[in-house]
Amino acid sequence: MNDGSIAVLDASEVLRQFQAGSIDAFEELFRLHQRAVYGWILRIVRNTAAAEDLTVETFWRIHCARARFDPARGFMPWARRIATHAALDYLRAQRPEVELPPEDAAALTAPPAGDSAVSAEIRLEVTRALGRLPPRLRVAAVLAVIEEEPYKEIADALGVSVTAVKVRVFRALRILRKDLESRGITP
Amino acid sequence: MNSQEQDRIKTLLREALPPIEDSAGPARDLWPGLLRRMDAQPAAHSGWLWFDCALAVGLVAMIAVFPASIPVILYYL
Repeated sequence: MNDGSIAVLDASEVLRQFQAGSIDAFEELFRLHQRAVYGWILRIVRNTAAAEDLTVETFWRIHCARARFDPARGFMPWARRIATHAALDYLRAQRPEVELPPEDAAALTAPPAGDSAVSAEIRLEVTRALGRLPPRLRVAAVLAVIEEEPYKEIADALGVSVTAVKVRVFRALRILRKDLESRGITP
Repeated sequence: MNSQEQDRIKTLLREALPPIEDSAGPARDLWPGLLRRMDAQPAAHSGWLWFDCALAVGLVAMIAVFPASIPVILYYL
């Protein structure tokens, strides 16, 4: 990695060196933030293998765009926005019905908060209905409703206003309700 | 859709897809893969910058010629 010289630098110096093209500083940032970036992407795509690939893709984009980085706005919000767009690109490239595999990320999810009244069949239908949503609506709904991330954080990550996020969540829920009702599931 | 219906669909969503735990992390070291990626495709994607500019100019031109397209563009943003 390095001889330890980076370790004694403060965060702003690491960011400055990263902007200047230092691979050591980039690795420092990668080691510091990869877990958070991976977790954010996993929350969106809910597929561990894809999340790993997209984490690499995100840091690759970060490296390419380092000249446009504004240290005043912080590294993680910037990285989260790039990660969100990488995840959106991935979701757009997927066909509906093959997304959001419930079994894949199941080991990483918290135990269901609800009772067992919701059958496995209904869970599967809800997951499929979510997978049929347009990606930009799905991302907003997953982050806001399931992951309960703050609207401001979601808005920053998507590069839209908080109001736009609320509208997307509302539209996603409305589409989901209609979709599920058409399949005989009344929420 | 009223707030009760919203709450019910939110509950259903949370039960179908529980949140990812905070402890989730990659199963392998991703740094070597990133290095391979950087070696394979050196940075400085100046072509993208031109593409971005061309796209922006095209969008502005379309809005200038067809102002009615603004709501459609906003819808898809």
